[in-house]
Amino acid sequence: MVTLSSDSRNIIGRGPPLGAGLFFLGLVSVGIMMLDHRSNYLETVREWLGAAASPVYTVVQAPGQAWDWLTSSFADRDRLRTENAELSEQLREARVKLLQFDSLREENVRLRAVREASAGVGGRTMIAEIMRVDVDPFRHRVRINKGADDGVFKNQPVLDAFGIVGQVVQVDKYSSTIILISDSGHAIPVQVNRNGIRTIAVGAGDLNKLSLPYMTVESDVKPDDLLVSSGLDGIFPAGYPVARVSKVERNPADTFALVEARPLAQLDRDREVLLLWADTPAPVEPPADEPARPAASESKPAAETATATPAQATSGQPPSAPPAARPQSQSQPLQD
Amino acid sequence: MSDGRISRLRVTFTVILAIIFAVLPLPEPINAARPDLLLLLVIYWSLSAPRISGLLFAWLCGLSIDVLKGIILGQHALAFLVVAYFTHKFQLRIRIFPLSQQTLTVFAFLALYQFIVFWLDGIIGQPVTTWMRWLPVISGAILWPILVAGLDTWNRRNR
Repeated sequence: MVTLSSDSRNIIGRGPPLGAGLFFLGLVSVGIMMLDHRSNYLETVREWLGAAASPVYTVVQAPGQAWDWLTSSFADRDRLRTENAELSEQLREARVKLLQFDSLREENVRLRAVREASAGVGGRTMIAEIMRVDVDPFRHRVRINKGADDGVFKNQPVLDAFGIVGQVVQVDKYSSTIILISDSGHAIPVQVNRNGIRTIAVGAGDLNKLSLPYMTVESDVKPDDLLVSSGLDGIFPAGYPVARVSKVERNPADTFALVEARPLAQLDRDREVLLLWADTPAPVEPPADEPARPAASESKPAAETATATPAQATSGQPPSAPPAARPQSQSQPLQD
Repeated sequence: MSDGRISRLRVTFTVILAIIFAVLPLPEPINAARPDLLLLLVIYWSLSAPRISGLLFAWLCGLSIDVLKGIILGQHALAFLVVAYFTHKFQLRIRIFPLSQQTLTVFAFLALYQFIVFWLDGIIGQPVTTWMRWLPVISGAILWPILVAGLDTWNRRNR
């Protein structure tokens, strides 16, 4: 039995009747939902409401941050030294790769100039930290500590050191929510790096799995193929690594093959992610000779995989785009 | 009237705690079963202090959950509102139910809440279909007697 701590509700008399309150507030809720879902009228409202919620985040994160501070300030010397050695090792490797990268980029710009294509990869990045707050246990969403004040915008691509992580779905003043590519409500247009076949990678609600439901049985895709973003959505810039094909099952009776891929980004281990401001809008390629391509490249599939995979990590560009018609929108000046 | 003010303070305090609890990171196995503490509090205060915690109060609590965790604004607000409406409507009866019966009622309310959220998720087109999403209903119903015992003791002592 619940103790009554103040007056009970009036049986008769003052106050608006319950039903009226339900009706009015219910109507308001439905209205808000429609506005929020169908259009962007409430973006600024959400932004400020999110700003009002930031003290809650501060409180929730305080213990974790205190713990981080404690462990980092009492980290012992040996560990720091090994960490330092590891990092300088990594830096050296990265430098070596970068040497290649410079020449490759030059070459790429030249080639693209020859083909009158727009420059691809490039842009400004900003590091954002993933906040230690729960967003939704059943959806792959995380909250990061950069918001509208830092220039974050809706649908901004988010990366980590290994590949594409996801995109921003909602921006508050001081923080924002990102949706991971593995969320079952997310899809990203990709390209098989080896032969340029375009398809869509849909999240499967599992951090280690993307599914590629639109690969036909005949399409040339094998386990270990790298999938890079194709840039067709105009959200993710082209050429960033997304996933590696982990499973291909072909049943000749079906139209589509069962293809699964494993995201390259460390979706469950990241503490920090990169927000990307792409310089140029991603090159939009028309969905040209899609069905014809697989058959053409079927002839020598084995030899290609061996050579294709190590190279793309440094070049960051899909090696071949279909030589079909380039769209008109690419007459813009070269950047990069 | 000082009584009302104390209750008001108490309500605010517990609500703030519940909002913090809603976004607190929990270890993976129990994260899915995180009880909707804020909704339980709304039910409790609707039974215990209905003048202070009316429908608008419940609606605002739901809206705060929307801001913190929701996909669209108004979804949880509507679900909170409906639950609060039924709680208020049957307040005089539910309040004097024996605890077992009250827990069952709360179980039904929590299920109603989850159903509304689930249903609206479906309308938006982003449904969550795992059975795990119903776990908070069970954990919430288990938490109810503990919550009532704790808050009742607190209310009686500081009256």
